[in-house]
Amino acid sequence: MAEPLLSLQGVSIAFGGLRAVQDVSLQVQPGTLTALIGPNGAGKTTLFALMSGFLRPDTGTVHFDGRDITGQAPHLNARAGMTRTFQIVQPFAAQTVRENIAVGAHLREPRRAAALAAAERIAQRVGLGPLLDQPAGELTVAGRKRLELARALATGPKLLLLDEVLAGLNPQEIAEMIPVVRAIVHGDAAGQQLGGVTVLMIEHVMQAVMNLAEHVWVLAQGRLIAQGTPAEVTRNEQVIEAYLGHGTAARLQGAAR
Amino acid sequence: MFDFGILFSSVLNGVTTGAVYALIALGLTLIYGVLHIINFAHGAALMVALYAVYLLKTQWGIDPYLALPIVVPGMFALGYGLQRGVINRAGRGKDENILLVTLGISIVLENLALLVFKSDTRSIETPYTLSTVAIGPATISLAKLVAFGGAVAASAVLLLILTRTDLGRAIRAVAKEKHGAKLMGIDVEHVYAMCFGIGLACVGAAACFLLPAYYVNPLVGAGFVPVAFTIVVLGGMGSFVGALVGGLLIGVVESLGGLYLGESLGQIGIFVVFIAVLLFRPQGLFGAKA
Amino acid sequence: MKDLAAIAAFAALVGGLTLALDSGVWLTFIMMALYASLLAQSWNLLGGYGGQFSFGHALFFGTGAYVQAIAQLSLGFNAWLALAAAVAVAAAVAAFVGALTFRYGLKGSYFALVTLAFAEVFRILAVSASFTGGGVGLMLPLRESLGNMQFGSRKGYIALVLGWVVLALLVTAWLRHSRFGAQLQAVRDNEDAARAIGVDAWAVKIGAIVLSAVFMGAGGAFYVQVFQYIDPGLAFGPTTSVEALVAAIVGGMGTLWGPLLGAAVLHLLGELTRNLFGQLPGLNMVVYGSVLVLIVMFVPRGLSGVGRSVRDLLRRPRG
Repeated sequence: MAEPLLSLQGVSIAFGGLRAVQDVSLQVQPGTLTALIGPNGAGKTTLFALMSGFLRPDTGTVHFDGRDITGQAPHLNARAGMTRTFQIVQPFAAQTVRENIAVGAHLREPRRAAALAAAERIAQRVGLGPLLDQPAGELTVAGRKRLELARALATGPKLLLLDEVLAGLNPQEIAEMIPVVRAIVHGDAAGQQLGGVTVLMIEHVMQAVMNLAEHVWVLAQGRLIAQGTPAEVTRNEQVIEAYLGHGTAARLQGAAR
Repeated sequence: MFDFGILFSSVLNGVTTGAVYALIALGLTLIYGVLHIINFAHGAALMVALYAVYLLKTQWGIDPYLALPIVVPGMFALGYGLQRGVINRAGRGKDENILLVTLGISIVLENLALLVFKSDTRSIETPYTLSTVAIGPATISLAKLVAFGGAVAASAVLLLILTRTDLGRAIRAVAKEKHGAKLMGIDVEHVYAMCFGIGLACVGAAACFLLPAYYVNPLVGAGFVPVAFTIVVLGGMGSFVGALVGGLLIGVVESLGGLYLGESLGQIGIFVVFIAVLLFRPQGLFGAKA
Repeated sequence: MKDLAAIAAFAALVGGLTLALDSGVWLTFIMMALYASLLAQSWNLLGGYGGQFSFGHALFFGTGAYVQAIAQLSLGFNAWLALAAAVAVAAAVAAFVGALTFRYGLKGSYFALVTLAFAEVFRILAVSASFTGGGVGLMLPLRESLGNMQFGSRKGYIALVLGWVVLALLVTAWLRHSRFGAQLQAVRDNEDAARAIGVDAWAVKIGAIVLSAVFMGAGGAFYVQVFQYIDPGLAFGPTTSVEALVAAIVGGMGTLWGPLLGAAVLHLLGELTRNLFGQLPGLNMVVYGSVLVLIVMFVPRGLSGVGRSVRDLLRRPRG
């Protein structure tokens, strides 16, 4: 198998007495679309923060693209090719959609005009074309999520960490976003746009997870309790218990009989 | 370097002044702990209170300590009104706006005082301003001793209000969880204004204890601002105990600083502490980590 | 580029006005309004575009002023060389303060407080030290000549300060169309998001504070040349910090022309008040403070924001 793009070994962090992440190890293969799921408070966003350098783990290491990046600052990780988005969207509200995305483009492109042009291209790609000159603060939730995605894409990442990019969207909007996310990794059906970006997404919207993810990790109370294909993981008793409570799996099985 | 008597005197001085500082800082830390705003106008409010006490004495012959029942409610009303009428309106929830508004208020108050009272330094004379008391090898002015006692008493009253009354419970609820408190039916705007009022009432009380041993001029408030902020930051933003301990500590630091470095250079000690705390331990001694 | 054309037009307008006028009153007004603009533009770079509100900007002003004076008096520098030194030292102080405060992640109110503290520390040091003339301050001897940066008529000083104001305008315009500016504003609007997409927030903020200090230091040096006097209160006191801040906010933070507009309006207001009520101590500041409160309460985006809002309202189709 190829060298993993991202590799976590025994990563842990505690805040005061709370052990937010405990001894998590996982490996993300390049070119894959994978998901991190788990009940609320499981530590998923904390894990993203540990990967991307916003937090430094108490123990364990993070390797990206063959290098040890444990605790490295976020902007350096972005330069190395790992970009994360935020669960609560963070647009640069006072600036237009184009200007927002351009900041991302500027990571690789020092010239203003070129960055703005790149921003325009990426906006088209995620469906924000008509809104390019809109102040970001005025977008709907769906628009802001796309902006968050576009801005991250503009950095030309190898690995994109998407934190609940579908949260707050209605079914129509989710259905529109799913192919966009898939195209980032696999290119679009018409072969118009190249994919090639590896994506790891935190998601609650199970429809998207089943639809998109090739491999799923399940986090509960800071620990990795299961991993596998979406089908395997949703049938896993421990996973069901984590979401629905102790004894549920047995009760469900009992009811089925 | 200095003999024990002078050192003891200096420390004693620092402790008594420190108690008054603590009272001022209590108001500031209460405002921060509940409203989460840094009240730049706190020093100016102290100046306003000092002038009020001064005028009550020189125009109507009211002794500063007897002026407490006038000044404290007066300052409370001023605080309530400022928060409800100006700061709340201007702030609109954004930190930067609130910062600027309290700065603006402080500028207006200080310079109005400059216009009205000119820059003269004034002090009052009462039968006891010149009497001193001997404690061990040191002599300390009676007024300062009373200030110490008064400040301690006022802090105790404040503590009682916060822990034993319904208002105090409401205040603590809002400080901890604003939205939850609102859902419980607590009028958050009212609590905010009450808090700001109490914060300024502390300053009013401090002014009554301070003036007999001190003086007033338009810039005196600005002189207290760095001290008050240093105490709050050192003690921990929002920490009651922190303000008390911090006040005493800073009082002593200032006194010893003046002793060893001279009047003007000694002031630097405060700022150095301030900058150092903000850089290396921003949560202070007793505050919660942000 | 539109901005460049506007700046050129502005420079031509003011320059032409200066050459044409002969009235001492008007020339002094123009000179002081431009001087106030320079301070406001400086604050705007860090506060408006960088989102870091400094309450002690006089720190850089005073540094520039004292270096300008000391370099000439004690070190025998030529006035123009002194100016270069003043700006350089102000920039160095900014780099130091910025590196320290931003390294520890100070922002918002804490940053404002720390800048205030640093300004006060410098003021106290200036009062206590002997090479700064202590509390009495320093006086520059009168020796009018171009080489000595002292001019017989206001016009010479106006040319000098106009040059700096135009330079500040150019730098601000550059911020609006450059990668550095985009990154700076991103840090202002949302620091974590900016870091996540590759912006080195610490480096960008230091760049901004240094840039800001250059113009503030130039303002301080200019003050010394015009008034031939400096003391700790003038140099590091709150008046200068407040003037820079209020003018930038009143005119509109984060805009190209806001600081100039704000400075001009406030200066005009100050002159009017002085004509009506006389030269009373504190009156100017009462006006500034009141205007600050009113603007934040009712027009938070500043006067230039008013124009922009109206324009937006008319331009955008309602949908």
